[in-house]
Amino acid sequence: MKRTFDTSWPVKAKLLLVGLAGLGVWYGVYRQLLSFAQYLTYNIFGFSQESHLGEAVEFFVYDTPKVLMLLILVVFGVGIIRTFFTPERTRAMLAGKRESAGNVLAAMLGIVTPFCSCSAVPLFLGFVTAGVPLGVTFSFLIAAPMVNEIALVLLYGLLGWKVAALYMGTGLLVAIVAGWVIGRLGMEKHMEDWVLELRANGNAIIEENLSWQDRIRMGRTAVKDIVGKVWLYVIAGIAIGAGIHGYVPEGFMAAIMGKDAWWSVPAAVLIGIPMYSNAAGIVPVIHALLEKGAALGTVLAFMMSVIALSLPEAVILRKVLKPKLIATFMFVVGTGILLVGYLFNIII
Amino acid sequence: MNILVLGPGCPKCTEAEKIVKTALQEAGVEASVEKITDFQEIAKLGVFSTPAVVIDGEIKCVGRVPDKNDILGWIKG
Repeated sequence: MKRTFDTSWPVKAKLLLVGLAGLGVWYGVYRQLLSFAQYLTYNIFGFSQESHLGEAVEFFVYDTPKVLMLLILVVFGVGIIRTFFTPERTRAMLAGKRESAGNVLAAMLGIVTPFCSCSAVPLFLGFVTAGVPLGVTFSFLIAAPMVNEIALVLLYGLLGWKVAALYMGTGLLVAIVAGWVIGRLGMEKHMEDWVLELRANGNAIIEENLSWQDRIRMGRTAVKDIVGKVWLYVIAGIAIGAGIHGYVPEGFMAAIMGKDAWWSVPAAVLIGIPMYSNAAGIVPVIHALLEKGAALGTVLAFMMSVIALSLPEAVILRKVLKPKLIATFMFVVGTGILLVGYLFNIII
Repeated sequence: MNILVLGPGCPKCTEAEKIVKTALQEAGVEASVEKITDFQEIAKLGVFSTPAVVIDGEIKCVGRVPDKNDILGWIKG
């Protein structure tokens, strides 16, 4: 990349120093959150340590700033990382890749490539015309909305790193395997005819020369866009969680979403398809379900189904895919999610 | 000058169109602004991440909402 005037190293060094100082302040504040929440709840508000209300209030005043701070840091970081992974570059990396290795790479790139659900179709066309195999394209399209930084931060903040890691691992696995299966089925002829006639058009690749100031600005824009949109969900979700944490008896959901209810996993997947929500809206809900005694596998299957399979997406994809391929896509991904649900209910 | 804003109609694409119009007004430049929402048309232009802005046949930005200053630079330059 061409070196421009303002990325000369004194400016870079200054940016680095400001960044490190900011990170230090962030960490200092973050570490004090728990003691601050306890002080506020029991000393300032004067709740008694054993009361339900006190527990609920402490939970809320601790979790809200914690999750929001994590969200700001991670969205900013990922926003900057994303400036290095444009869809154009991702397409170039995947073109000519063979299946299996291509499926794995596509699913991973799905995490870091900027993607909004309305660019699914243009992106699909770009990939297919560039010679990215159909199955590899699907691995990308499945992973991109399902495994993302918002889902991971919220899962980490509300349910701990183990659940976040499980979600990320199994989400990638579903995307890789489902894409591979779709590739094996040889369904290229089930794309709309005009898609097949579309000639590869390589001259649209524009490389933008971004300075570090540009990248940081884009990271800040990401924080403003994303955190500005989801903070209300987060607070509402944590408030509900706090209420449940303090008041609802444990095991409340065990009968209908517990391990012993075998039918609850397929039911969760089916109910999730017509529901269309982002990670920010769904994590607080599954947090509540888990606390009431729902099984982890059932709940993860529900979350994946809501995010990865949706009717609006199917309607958009219908413009480029024939019904048989859409049905196959929904069926293969749905089966993958189902297996993930059962797997966790059995081993955990 | 002929400006195309490419995008199926999500909030980001609408925002891109709005910013282009604001920039034109600010610069006092006369230009036709056309919104392209058809996927086939978008693909034919060789664009596959939206929103995108095309000025007089030249692709100026893809996959993001451009900054107003970016646009001012393009239409004046």
